[in-house]
Amino acid sequence: MSDLLRAPANLRQRHRVAWAFKTACMALTWFCLVLLAVLLVHATREGLPWLDAQFLSNFPSRFPERAGIKSALYGTLWLISFTALFSIPIGVAAAIYLEEYAKKTRLNTLIEISIANLAGVPSIVYGMLGLAVFVRWMALGRSVVAGAMTMSLLILPVIIIASREAVRAVPSSIRLASYALGATKWQTVRHHVLPSASSGIITGTILALSRAIGETAPLIMIGALTYVAFVPNGPMDQFTALPIQIFNWVSRPQEEFHELAAAGIIVLLVVLLVMNGIAVFIRQRSQRFRS
Amino acid sequence: MSTAGVSSVPTARSGAVAPDLAGLQRGGSRRWHEEGIKGVMFLCALLSVIVTVGIVVVLATEAIGFFRHVSIIEFLTDRRWFPLLEPRHFGVLPLLGGTFMIVVGSALLGIPVGIASGIYLSEYASARMRSVIKPVLEILAGIPTVVYGYFALTFVTPLLKSVFPSTNIFNAASASVVVGIMVLPMVASLCDDALRAVPDSLRQGAYALGATPFEVSTRVVVPAALSGIVASFVLALSRAVGETMAVTIAAGATPRLTVNPLESIQTMTAYIVQVSLGDTPAGSIEYQTIFAVGALLFCVTLAANLLANRILRRFREVYE
Repeated sequence: MSDLLRAPANLRQRHRVAWAFKTACMALTWFCLVLLAVLLVHATREGLPWLDAQFLSNFPSRFPERAGIKSALYGTLWLISFTALFSIPIGVAAAIYLEEYAKKTRLNTLIEISIANLAGVPSIVYGMLGLAVFVRWMALGRSVVAGAMTMSLLILPVIIIASREAVRAVPSSIRLASYALGATKWQTVRHHVLPSASSGIITGTILALSRAIGETAPLIMIGALTYVAFVPNGPMDQFTALPIQIFNWVSRPQEEFHELAAAGIIVLLVVLLVMNGIAVFIRQRSQRFRS
Repeated sequence: MSTAGVSSVPTARSGAVAPDLAGLQRGGSRRWHEEGIKGVMFLCALLSVIVTVGIVVVLATEAIGFFRHVSIIEFLTDRRWFPLLEPRHFGVLPLLGGTFMIVVGSALLGIPVGIASGIYLSEYASARMRSVIKPVLEILAGIPTVVYGYFALTFVTPLLKSVFPSTNIFNAASASVVVGIMVLPMVASLCDDALRAVPDSLRQGAYALGATPFEVSTRVVVPAALSGIVASFVLALSRAVGETMAVTIAAGATPRLTVNPLESIQTMTAYIVQVSLGDTPAGSIEYQTIFAVGALLFCVTLAANLLANRILRRFREVYE
């Protein structure tokens, strides 16, 4: 406070500094918006001429004019379906256990610490875990299942944290009312807590899955960067995915392939935009219901 | 139950009692059912611990195999990293140096812009501005890293080249710029949260003493939220250390100790990707190097995350 008292008596000077500071903060914030705009415009301008029906329906090729992303698109679809299948039940169950059942034992504290730490582990480390455990030790090879299991481990902390928040937000009066009618703990959770928390859980899960769609490094680690000119027919098939295909094109020296990468990026961003749009829609609808 | 149904007209009373009796009879199996579900959910929660242990075990076993061939002293002090070609050198310093350069570069961009945006969001922006800027930051945070890599290579690098003609096509500077953009939303929203947690009475007190908004922000609000702000910096640095795709695409594959950001370098993560792109047989020394580097990466990010937690706990100012 003594600093403030000794501040320059020149009030106009101080207000000028205040104005400059506010303007600088505002300018830097708008700089973020400009960055986003530049990024999107750049990718669109480079990639849009390549984006046509043929691009979506062709397999990758050595010739840029014939190359497409069909196998990557289907691979991402397979990967995300299985990732959702593995990660959602486990993540939601873990969240319910931690919020509704867990007492403060040493083991439960250990679980909490693990989740917090796992959320900060770089994605490439998950890829190394997947390579050692799923691809080699469990001998699943470079299959959709191995990729989906790796991705599930990666997004599990995100799903658990989001679901816990949603479960925590359910007012305890709902639980007490259910118990008062003679319901057991599981009946209360199953019929009252879960439905009330569902919109929060779904939103968090969609955001987690959209993170998995964009992740590249773990898939490269488990060896998904191969020439795949077919659509996977089952969970044990090899696959490629959208970000992998983009990485493949970006890392070639030819200009045409960079433009193909931009076209792939547009497709990837549209997929992510749709998923995020759904999440925002669900969130807003549930907020309207509540109020 | 059955006797009540056959013998006479069921009274209101027997109708109310019957389900209760049935419930009591099934009580035993229901308890097992409850306990079983609880057990399954506990196992799901336990998976996090198993994954943590799994990561440590996998990294440690392969890294120990590596350190049987290469002494840990050589690994940490040799200044050359040529693991794939004879004569081999396994000094991780060039990779650490590359990572460090990306971290510093991204911090130079991400931290000032991030904290400025955080201050603007919490101290100046109207509700309407927030509703525009928050989603923009969320979108920036949600863009996949491979897209940032593309952006660095095809936009930032040509831009740098037009200013500094000596710029290599793969360079640390362009990767630093996009990693900075990547960590910026995280810094901004964490700072925003920390600043908004400062109670308004502090601001009003400072205004009552005649402080300008600048003085209120920088001398009252920011110091009060300092633990959260510093923690956000540390988390941003940890994120930059673990960042993989942008640096693989844009920073190059030349492990060397340099301070020139316009040269090609290699980070720890980019090295791991480079090796796994080739077909290295399990058990070979090349295969083991990535786990040794991965173990180091894991330790660095873990230390940073623990440090951030520590800062948050130790130095948090609690207001009623």
